[in-house]
Amino acid sequence: MIYLELLWTFFKIGLFTFGGGYAMLPLIQAEVEARGWMTQSELVNFVAVSESTPGPFAVNISTYVGAETGGFLGAVCATAGVVLPSFIIILIVAGCYEKFKSSRIVGGCLAGLRPAVVALIGAAVISVGKTVFLPYSGPAELAASAAIFLLSLLLVFKKLHPIAVIVISAAAGIALGYAGII
Amino acid sequence: MNEKIKTLGGLFFSFIKIGAFTFGGGYAMIPLIQREVAEKHGWITEKDILDIFAVAESTPGPIAINTATFVGKKVGGFAGAFLATLGVVLPSFVIISLIAFALRQFRDIKAVKYAFNGIRAGVLALIVKALVSMYRQCPKSRLSYALMAAAFVCAAFLGVNVLLVIAVCAAMGLTAALLSERRGKA
Repeated sequence: MIYLELLWTFFKIGLFTFGGGYAMLPLIQAEVEARGWMTQSELVNFVAVSESTPGPFAVNISTYVGAETGGFLGAVCATAGVVLPSFIIILIVAGCYEKFKSSRIVGGCLAGLRPAVVALIGAAVISVGKTVFLPYSGPAELAASAAIFLLSLLLVFKKLHPIAVIVISAAAGIALGYAGII
Repeated sequence: MNEKIKTLGGLFFSFIKIGAFTFGGGYAMIPLIQREVAEKHGWITEKDILDIFAVAESTPGPIAINTATFVGKKVGGFAGAFLATLGVVLPSFVIISLIAFALRQFRDIKAVKYAFNGIRAGVLALIVKALVSMYRQCPKSRLSYALMAAAFVCAAFLGVNVLLVIAVCAAMGLTAALLSERRGKA
């Protein structure tokens, strides 16, 4: 039953997301790959779409994976799944957040989770790097995609808006594609 | 009664606006939430909103959802929590459903394929940037570096289940905190 599977998978993803954004990428990659719902490059393509549309990354990606695998109802189930853990936990915590804030147990767990989030984003760099560079075998192709990556990196650290970086890398991809290089 | 319905409606539409006008989610949403909820409607004080962000960051789940649920609960009880959460999700849901449909129509076009070949390299750069900024925010201690390195190797190269990596890191952080507390007392 694809709907229940989507609900449960994204419930797990919502429950184990800390700090939001890209830290959840390895989690989604692992789940989506294990179930054969989507290829890794489709997933990375969608990261760009999500950056260029409004709304939280977590919701965007859940809706997308749900829609691709189970149509409209699939999108509803995946999105409900990712939202549900937050909803339940916050309703519980809202009643006692003074205690929650100063809890040593929460503080201790967070001290372990912060480095985990950094490590997971590092893992995302490796896996996304594979989808960028592994499909190519020729030196010209590799050099071309490395050039786009380095240019984007420079622009990102020059604080150019992410959407502008995506537009520029898309234009570079189209130009190099029609030139027959990648 | 009328007053309550007005507040609930206001919550719903405020969070639709917040969901519809923030790109990149999470942290990008914070200023807009602050403006809508504290400055414009005065539902929550400036001090309380900072507390809410702190809790939203340290509980599981996307920050945007956590904040919406929390603000909604505080302002309008369970119904408020439900409507604020629904509101923040709705714009994404509608937009992405339409985009998923459009992508299916266009993804076999040559120019689109070429564009995505470039875009994937651009996305890699965005993730590297996220890595650098999360690293800067991370506490710098021996435990922190050790967990970071071990978790990275496990998740990136050994194929260890990511959920397990997260759970073990949280447990190690907690253990270290309790141990240092006990040593402090002794």
